[in-house]
Amino acid sequence: MLQLPCPYCGPRDELEFSCGGEAHISRPLAHNKISDADFGEYLFLRDNPKGVFLERWRHASGCRRWFNVVRDTVSHDILEVYAMGRKPRSSAGKNAYNNSWRRTSAAEAAAVNK
Amino acid sequence: MVASEIDRGLGGLKDKKKRYSAFALARNAASYHQNWQRAWRNASPKASYDAVIIGGGGHGLATAYYLASVHGVTNIAVIEKGWIGGGNTGRNTTIIRSNYLWDESASIYEHALKLWEGLAQDLNFNIMFSQRGVLTIAHSEHELKEMSRRVHAIRLNGIDSDVMNPAEIKKFVPCINIDQSIRYPVMGGFVQQRGGTARHDAVAWGYARAADDMGVDIIQNCEVTGLRRKGRKIIGIDTNMGFIKTKKVGCVVAGHSSVMAEMAGIHLPLASRPLQALVSEPIKPILDTVIMSNAVHMYISQSDKGEMVLGAGVDKYNSYAQRGSFPVPEHMIAAAVELFPFMSRLRMLRHWGGIVDTCPDASPILSKTDIDGLYFNCGWGTGGFKATPGSGHVFADLIANDRPNNIAAPYALSRFETGFLIDEHGAAGVAH
Ligand SMILES: Cc1cc2nc3c(=O)[nH]c(=O)nc-3n(C[C@H](O)[C@H](O)[C@H](O)COP(=O)(O)OP(=O)(O)OC[C@H]3O[C@@H](n4cnc5c(N)ncnc54)[C@H](O)[C@@H]3O)c2cc1C
Ligand SMILES: [Zn+2]
Repeated sequence: MLQLPCPYCGPRDELEFSCGGEAHISRPLAHNKISDADFGEYLFLRDNPKGVFLERWRHASGCRRWFNVVRDTVSHDILEVYAMGRKPRSSAGKNAYNNSWRRTSAAEAAAVNK
Repeated sequence: MVASEIDRGLGGLKDKKKRYSAFALARNAASYHQNWQRAWRNASPKASYDAVIIGGGGHGLATAYYLASVHGVTNIAVIEKGWIGGGNTGRNTTIIRSNYLWDESASIYEHALKLWEGLAQDLNFNIMFSQRGVLTIAHSEHELKEMSRRVHAIRLNGIDSDVMNPAEIKKFVPCINIDQSIRYPVMGGFVQQRGGTARHDAVAWGYARAADDMGVDIIQNCEVTGLRRKGRKIIGIDTNMGFIKTKKVGCVVAGHSSVMAEMAGIHLPLASRPLQALVSEPIKPILDTVIMSNAVHMYISQSDKGEMVLGAGVDKYNSYAQRGSFPVPEHMIAAAVELFPFMSRLRMLRHWGGIVDTCPDASPILSKTDIDGLYFNCGWGTGGFKATPGSGHVFADLIANDRPNNIAAPYALSRFETGFLIDEHGAAGVAH
């Protein structure tokens, strides 16, 4: 069982949390201007790495706030916890962030540049 | 909806002397069973093949078998990084059924069930296929109504399905608790009598042996590390045993599908999650069918060895570690004890996890990609064992003809662009 450090409440058992999957996916704001393929990518395609993964968690049975986690999907080590809207600062987190295909995808570009 | 004539392939083993039979058993008994032949050769990779299947699970082996036996494509190899059947094929709770809601699902799962019926003869291997029935239980008025709707939809597709009331359930499963005062009372259920179980390892072994007999190379301990392409065409694969040249690659690697796809720059809509199961100590025969419950969330059957086999839902976060989180088995045991109070006195014998490739609509992906010669068969998630023969059969057809047949067509990757999803979350009910 994981023990996650909620940035607001401290370390708690995994049972108190719900996992929100891949972090840092922006909703394409100009959704009527992008292709179905790009919108499909935003909606369905997911980073699913074997190794360091950036994901969102929610302290569902606690403070009910969302936060980001850098976690290794093989060892289950939790490498960093950081606030929503922020980017990872650990080197493992930074690498995972910069190397994700999503950073350069068309849907993401449409979201970031409006 | 279902093709009436299935081409089951050549079947059997070419070499009559290698066939398993009562006669072979007697002949080998005379030499104290010291002279049984190898079930398949321990092949090492050739420099090139007409097609390569990555992943030696049931689906990959079945694909190779049907490529050889139905399409006559025999210069092929199955590449497995560990041992065949060591993935989800050898880790699942072996439930087989075809009672899905949507037409597209009915079509592929029933295609598989028809192939299961007679598969032992096709392969000349006892896969211990047992049509002991699969009963799904309703615990609320709403669930019961939803079930009868589903039963009608399933029957319209020509698949057997019947509603049962609590008294009928008690007769069918004497050890179940149908007391209406419990937290999740048994209010009814629906059964597919043609559903059941099979011996999972035997399915892998049977397909491997029959494919090998037709010349397919089964290469174990060989990990694929790269998919090589020239422009938009696949030209081969890199492995820890060197480069293998081929123009067609079928990827059937379940929980590792995203990792494999990224080797070719393709992104899939999958999440790899642990799915856990456990068995109790063996006891005398008490349950001769399969029971599933969505509300208390578990499924249970009894193996031929006497162990109670239990499974439930996936863990809630992505993982590639083949173990799960403790609260999940705790939950499934609580559910089992609720329905079968006697189970509280059983000891747990073994517990394990497998990494399943869950898809947003709980339906599989059988698809070409935008790279010529690269095909994916994945996304079976928590419930692909039951589809093994059907999946291999239609995927072999897709690879041989480079176009999907009408069973496979709805399962193309393009559905995540068109929005034509095959949402089986509700119909599949419990995850498996
Ligand atoms: C606990 C559990 C219970 C389940 N219960 C049921 C059930 O009751 N009914 C049902 O229908 N389904 C069930 N399932 C799902 C079912 O097991 C799977 O959908 C099905 O077995 C998938 O078969 P496969 O051949 O595609 O995958 P696998 O058997 O996992 O085979 C994939 C193979 O690919 C290999 N591989 C991966 N990467 C590489 C690489 N780079 N190079 C070479 N080889 C590689 C792996 O080693 C593996 O052997 C369950 C699954 C689990 C884990
Ligand atoms: Zn908190």
